[in-house]
Amino acid sequence: MSEHLHTPPSAATALHIVLDEQDLTLPGPCTLAELLQQLGRAPESVATALNGQFVPRDARAQTHLNSRDQVLLFKPIVGG
Amino acid sequence: MTDLLLIDGVALSSRFFIGSAGYPSPQTLVDSLKASEAQVLTVGLKRSLQAGDNGFVAQALVHAREQGAHLLPNTAGCRSAREAIQLAHMARELYGTRWIKLEVVGDEHTLQPDPFELLAAATQLVNDGFTVFPYCTEDLILCRRLLDDAGCAVLMPWGAPIGSGQGLLHLQALRTLRQRLPEAVLIIDAGLGLPSHAAQAMELGFDAVLLNSAVSQARDPVLMAAAFRDAVRAGRSACLAGPMAPQEFAVASTPVSGHPMLLG
Repeated sequence: MSEHLHTPPSAATALHIVLDEQDLTLPGPCTLAELLQQLGRAPESVATALNGQFVPRDARAQTHLNSRDQVLLFKPIVGG
Repeated sequence: MTDLLLIDGVALSSRFFIGSAGYPSPQTLVDSLKASEAQVLTVGLKRSLQAGDNGFVAQALVHAREQGAHLLPNTAGCRSAREAIQLAHMARELYGTRWIKLEVVGDEHTLQPDPFELLAAATQLVNDGFTVFPYCTEDLILCRRLLDDAGCAVLMPWGAPIGSGQGLLHLQALRTLRQRLPEAVLIIDAGLGLPSHAAQAMELGFDAVLLNSAVSQARDPVLMAAAFRDAVRAGRSACLAGPMAPQEFAVASTPVSGHPMLLG
């Protein structure tokens, strides 16, 4: 699951990502861990996927987001 | 008599696995879980930006923690092995368990499992250290390959399509499955609507049943949870007791020989 350790964007330009299928613009370079912080999500409250690939909690800080990345956050729900 | 179900080193005294979805209120959910005395509770995952669930899952998790129930997260909604594998990894991280109810659906109308994607996902997840509970059909060859090739510890053949409440639709195939895989842990999952369906599954020798809608959609879910609890116990006892063999003709149960003839 570690093949998604993205490299940081070279310039501090705005990032246009897709978060849970909704467009989101970030002011500059951002890791997955920083994104959760900006969203006010506790690290242990969600599981993360980047471009369809699971990103473990301990890999989020090294996972840099790039424009057009698709981020999914999952949380617990009842189920059958 | 001690009659425990052993799964992945866990000894379960209840053979009734219950789902946590669709209850009319969080309190009814908790009361139903208590009445069921189930020790395995299924849960799920959803996108975090979708609307909240009004505290349902939080209540379920508190109950599980207090009662020592085991969580069984599912991969509901997955249509491919790849999706299911990714979701299983997320479930393991979120819920802190390696148990996963593996669902890979191949048909939108029946929600029938896709056997090819299911086998591929199960194989990978077992390799990744999961204890996989695959939701499958009663097809003997698929079940055998899930056990032998993928290495699943448990199989969960359907009784009928999810949420349909039709009971055991393919009775002969289920009997054959039980007979051909005598050592496998087989749990009937999905399609049960009545306690008698659950009792029937247990009488046939299945090791446990998993259901959700039959309880959550009942007019009184708490009472229905208790009814299923009792039915599962009754069916299991009947299986252990050894049912009589059916006879084609009447066989008098009262020993009349030697009785005086009152007529003639």
